[in-house]
Amino acid sequence: MTPPTTTPPDVRRRGPGALAALGRGGTATVALLLVLIFVVIATQNPSFFEGPPLMAFAKKASPLVILAIGQYLVIVSGEFDLSVGSLVGAQVVIAARLIDGEESMTLPVIGVMLAFGLLVGLVNGLVTTLLRVPSIITTLGTMLILFGAVRYWTGGAPTGALSEAFRVPGRGGVEDLPFLGQLPWALVIAAVLAVAGVFLMRSPYGRSLIATGDNDVAAAFSGVRVWRVRTLAFVGSSLLATVAAVLIGGYAGVTAQVGQGLEFTAITAVVLGGVVLGGGRGTVVAAVLGALTVEALFTLFNQLYLPSTIQPTVQGVIIIAAVAYAARRGELRLPERLRRRPDHPTEQPLGSSRR
Amino acid sequence: MTRVITSTSRGLWSRLGTTGLVYLALVVLLAASAVYVATRGGNLFTTANTVDLFTRSSLLGFLAIGQTLVILCRSLDLSVGYVAALSTVVAATTMAGDPSRILLGVGAALGLAALIGLANGLVVTRLRVNPFITTLGMGLIIKGYLDTNFQGPAGAIPAAFQTFGYTRIGVLPVSTLVMLVLAAAAVVFLHRTRTGYHMYAVGGDAEVARLSGVRAGVPTVTAHVLCSVMAGVAGLLLAARFGTGSATVYGNGYELEAIAAVVLGGTYLLGGRGGVAGTIAGVFILATLDTVFNVLAVDPFVKDVMRGVIVIAAVAVYARGQHSRAAVRVRFPSGGAPPPPVPDPRPQPEPEPLGGRR
Repeated sequence: MTPPTTTPPDVRRRGPGALAALGRGGTATVALLLVLIFVVIATQNPSFFEGPPLMAFAKKASPLVILAIGQYLVIVSGEFDLSVGSLVGAQVVIAARLIDGEESMTLPVIGVMLAFGLLVGLVNGLVTTLLRVPSIITTLGTMLILFGAVRYWTGGAPTGALSEAFRVPGRGGVEDLPFLGQLPWALVIAAVLAVAGVFLMRSPYGRSLIATGDNDVAAAFSGVRVWRVRTLAFVGSSLLATVAAVLIGGYAGVTAQVGQGLEFTAITAVVLGGVVLGGGRGTVVAAVLGALTVEALFTLFNQLYLPSTIQPTVQGVIIIAAVAYAARRGELRLPERLRRRPDHPTEQPLGSSRR
Repeated sequence: MTRVITSTSRGLWSRLGTTGLVYLALVVLLAASAVYVATRGGNLFTTANTVDLFTRSSLLGFLAIGQTLVILCRSLDLSVGYVAALSTVVAATTMAGDPSRILLGVGAALGLAALIGLANGLVVTRLRVNPFITTLGMGLIIKGYLDTNFQGPAGAIPAAFQTFGYTRIGVLPVSTLVMLVLAAAAVVFLHRTRTGYHMYAVGGDAEVARLSGVRAGVPTVTAHVLCSVMAGVAGLLLAARFGTGSATVYGNGYELEAIAAVVLGGTYLLGGRGGVAGTIAGVFILATLDTVFNVLAVDPFVKDVMRGVIVIAAVAVYARGQHSRAAVRVRFPSGGAPPPPVPDPRPQPEPEPLGGRR
């Protein structure tokens, strides 16, 4: 469609008022926020940017970045995926149980995990699109089902052990680099997935996804197979959650609590990036930056010796403030859109069939 | 339960309405469970089991009634579990075991809950923050406060107030009675007051409601305040049962269960349709399931799985009824999936959706 350029789409749209965009609540705003937090971290801990600490940060942040990309796909199509936290927990427990310390089982089990992720995504997507269950309820149900099923299967507490090979992506990396020390595989994987996400959103599929999130009726009339596009978004989210599970399992090991609350952290990250709930607006880059910002904030709190229990409070304030900030922008645009609606002759039947 | 609805719905849907169907499902579920438990050599309706069923329903009922009001306004409240936890702590620390401070404790807990609801409502309406995010954020804020300040049980509930948790009249616990009275009040509120009507209007279409002269913010804020106050009442009940303030009760997933009850009760998740009567049936359905699982000694983790499946299945059934009714009639007139019902209700459902929905 458009000739490939290196600038992300929103930069092109920004045009002359590049500075104004910093306050507009999109990618630029979250980037500014991230830089600000990094500056504060640097004043607290000047050695943070010396390579190894930065790489450690990247290793810790990578799973959230990957989850945020997956959640972005679903949110931009106008839905929610609340099941990712449970899915991450389930996948880690499945891996530990099936591998049980056996090195040779590593690859087959990762294959099983991917297949399981695919299945969960398909169920989420098809139940939401074909059975028309609101995605909050669908993924809430999957969350309960996964939570219960995995604990029933393992008798309440995770059993087994991960193999060393399984832990490499989450822990290992390219060693002995100058300056950086270790380049974590987690960072490499997250970066590759982020770039893939950017290209995906420029492909015809990505454009259909955004169109669907913006107005699914209009998208359907333009020839988008809405159910398929959305189902694929759910599948993508579940597969990315599986990748994140591999990293988290490798990094943190197996516990019963693994994955708990991750879905809300991922949604916080995406929303902080200015991606609009309800779909149709926002970029992958913004979601990634949002995830980094959330993780940077948690790092900052650790450095300030705030009790970790205060983290939820801050997360709560951020998420409300970020959305309120984004909604403030919308205020200017909304009346114009609403004014146009009644003139549209087919609006009435379309509006009702959409419900 | 679900099978019953699908096979008979085409004819019954128009005659019974969604609420009637939910109660039908409840009766069928109760009968089926009783028979099933009987074949396993048990009895579902012993005094202990009945009391258990009612006790379970009271707590969930408080939360679900409030949640119904909020969902009717096309909003959502994910903070109710946290508000309930906060309410137990506030009540217990304020009362501090002194019977003369009961009123003060109740007032403090409910007052704080109301303030939280007000904040939720104002953020949703004034700042136009998605209610999902608003209440999720509010819940996280409360969680952080509770985790930081209360590690263990806090305060004490005087014995006089603990009777709220344990007294019963026959098999009916007082808390369930209070819940049913509040439910009746909510039904009257929705059908007899202006704000109640406006809730349906705003939930159906906020823009149309605004153009018709409804101040769209008022019903939504009211619903949020009432919802949080109901969560506060649920917290008081929990405190009365535990005899102390327990900050960690938010981990029990009450908010999700309440939403499940509302949705099971036939209230449309996108607002404007449904009511408290259906919700109460939804509450009793979930309580019945829990009791049956208990009687049959089902693994608690299997309970979670069943609950998830049931909620998704129930919503899928409603969604079929609500979305594709028109399409089904056109698409399968001759020999499709659903067997055509009695011929005469065919033309009737036409005006019904509009009248019933909006």
